Amino acid sequence: MIRSHSHDKHHHPRQPHSRHLQIVLIGQPNCGKSTLFNNVAGYRSVTANFPGASVTFTKSHVRIFNRVYNIIDLPGTYSLTSTDPAAREAQRYLLTQPIDVIVNVIDTSLLSRSLELTLQLMDLNIPMVLCLNMVDEAERKGIEINTEALSNQLGIPVFKTVASHGIGVKELFRETIKIAYSKKVGRHIRGNRDVELVIGRLSRFLKQSLHHPFAYSRHLLATKLLENDGFFETQIRKVQPELIGEIKSFRKELSRTHGRSSDEVINTERHALSMSIFEKVATFKKPKLHWKDRLDSVLMHNVWGYVFLLAILFIFFVLVFKIGAYIEKPLLSFFSTLSAAVMSRMNPAALFTVILKSILDGIGGGIAIVLPYLFPFLFGLSFLEDIGYLPRVAFLMDGFMHRIGLHGTAVIPAVLGYGCNVPAVMATRILESPRDRFIASLVSTMVPCAARMTIIFGLVGYYLGGMVAFFIYLLNLVIVALSAGFVSKLMPESTPGMMMEIPVYHLPQLKVILTKTWLRIKEFIIIAWPLLIIGSVVLSLSDYFHFTRLLNLMISPVTWILGLPVQVGTTLIFGILRKELSMLMLFQALGTRNVLSVMSHGQILVFTIFVVFYVPCVATLGVLYKQVRGKDTWAILLYTFTLALILGLLTRLVASLIW
Amino acid sequence: MENQLRLDQVRENQEVKVIEILGGWGIRQRLNQIGIHPGDKILVKRSAIMGGPILVRVRGADVALGRGMTKKVIVQEI
Repeated sequence: MIRSHSHDKHHHPRQPHSRHLQIVLIGQPNCGKSTLFNNVAGYRSVTANFPGASVTFTKSHVRIFNRVYNIIDLPGTYSLTSTDPAAREAQRYLLTQPIDVIVNVIDTSLLSRSLELTLQLMDLNIPMVLCLNMVDEAERKGIEINTEALSNQLGIPVFKTVASHGIGVKELFRETIKIAYSKKVGRHIRGNRDVELVIGRLSRFLKQSLHHPFAYSRHLLATKLLENDGFFETQIRKVQPELIGEIKSFRKELSRTHGRSSDEVINTERHALSMSIFEKVATFKKPKLHWKDRLDSVLMHNVWGYVFLLAILFIFFVLVFKIGAYIEKPLLSFFSTLSAAVMSRMNPAALFTVILKSILDGIGGGIAIVLPYLFPFLFGLSFLEDIGYLPRVAFLMDGFMHRIGLHGTAVIPAVLGYGCNVPAVMATRILESPRDRFIASLVSTMVPCAARMTIIFGLVGYYLGGMVAFFIYLLNLVIVALSAGFVSKLMPESTPGMMMEIPVYHLPQLKVILTKTWLRIKEFIIIAWPLLIIGSVVLSLSDYFHFTRLLNLMISPVTWILGLPVQVGTTLIFGILRKELSMLMLFQALGTRNVLSVMSHGQILVFTIFVVFYVPCVATLGVLYKQVRGKDTWAILLYTFTLALILGLLTRLVASLIW
Repeated sequence: MENQLRLDQVRENQEVKVIEILGGWGIRQRLNQIGIHPGDKILVKRSAIMGGPILVRVRGADVALGRGMTKKVIVQEI
């Protein structure tokens, strides 16, 4: 089945640093790279059904057939020329890191377009295997690919897989490893003679004049220079800027002979080449219609689309609230009975008792108050992500997003923010312009994450009712929209706008959603919970030694403005570490689970609104600092703090009129 | 040439042929990458309200294109 033509024997200048074989997975966005990766590496790379679900690469040691390999799952990219930071990461990796073999993953139903990336990858002169993924979906669409013919065309092995079900994966990796050791590269596929002539001449010119070795083939370098790719041009500029003039004259020549810009000539050429290969290997049948094809006529409809969007979000909200409250009540009473039973046997004044009680309260708070809401919420979010609904939301909201100075793509990080702000800020990398990324980062950090959701539900929902909790979400949406609108007014700049693939719906497997939910809950259990217990102990110790008073005094200006009890002060500091801590520490600080006995309805509302809006947590600040500049991180910090203070004060005024 | 129009002016369910992509290097690259080149046939599936995006089908893929971007694509009805 496999016939590899080995043409080029020159060795790759990038020698592997590691003794393990480096296997790189690369492909266009949403072709199933991460699903394939998880299939061999265990669930480590978070997958979802939208383009741009992976914005950084995941590297993993994997044992296959009793040997250890390094498998690297790169973010999706359409081309070796990148237009956004996520794709740039893939481009840089491919061009600079040691790689033994490339697995080019392809969504089979999009083969003609995907071959354009394949052709560029083959120019890297690295052994490669083609993985035609999601063949089941392609066959349903009536597309049949002759793998043998395709393999002959490209000179590399071609495999069909359905990564989500593990079909064909073993065979794919067995061959991948074989190819890596054989060091065979594919055919050199060349296009139209008059274009190749110019590429060849530029390539020879570079061979003579360039004294600096590059880690990739000169054919690739010449092609990319003719394509006006900024990355390659910068590489030349760095070592031999005097060559740029000559390179430009090659571009001019190509453009003159073809009547359009040189990058268009190269792109058209590559497109034509891909099409001609595709037509030789593909056959078409009548597609089978499926519910997936009809769903969009409702969910993306100009009227019904919005009705369903609101309905879906509302049902989601109600379900999380109901399920959470249903589980919370019995758990709470269990833990307070337990705590009371233990305490009744101890000397209440002893330091040991104080510590034991705080540990018990820390554990109880995590299980009884946080987990009941966290689980249904993260489960639901994972489901919406995996079924492929998010790109539809982006489509529906694009028009609205333009009014606040962003575009539809920014909806994706914003929605992810409801789960956790950290991946949300990272997801802004799917946006091209730094300005859009900054505004989207601001939006992502202001969206109430799952941790803040537990506060909204656990405090406001529990004491003031579901409708008030729902109101906080609405208020947050309005404030976030106004903030984005305000900031984009300060940074007027027109940006390219949305370009997003709307993937086919995919009924997710329960196992995958559960694993993903578990991965996110594990975050809470291994990071937040210990912190919670430690925080709980620290608080009771500092109480015991009268240190809390000092802390509270320091924060008293804030609590004074908000009209909150002074004891609340320390909880606001804990909230910066992890947002849930604000609420759980509140119980500790007040010395009771029944908050209503110490705080009024109005104070509970003020506290929650302040906590929802004030500064992002430490982890979010960390990624924010990496993502946007330090100055911008400070700006976001100052802005959210001031905003929270103003909103808290306003809530206090309004609450004093109601209660 | 006659009956040339911008992609954002095409009505829903109309198939068109791409004549030209206006605009700079960045927009050309992005449209090419997603599979839209001069000469390609694309189907306009949906046009969102409030100046929202246009949903087109290009060689089996559904792609949402922002209104601003579609104004740069000159097409001809077929």
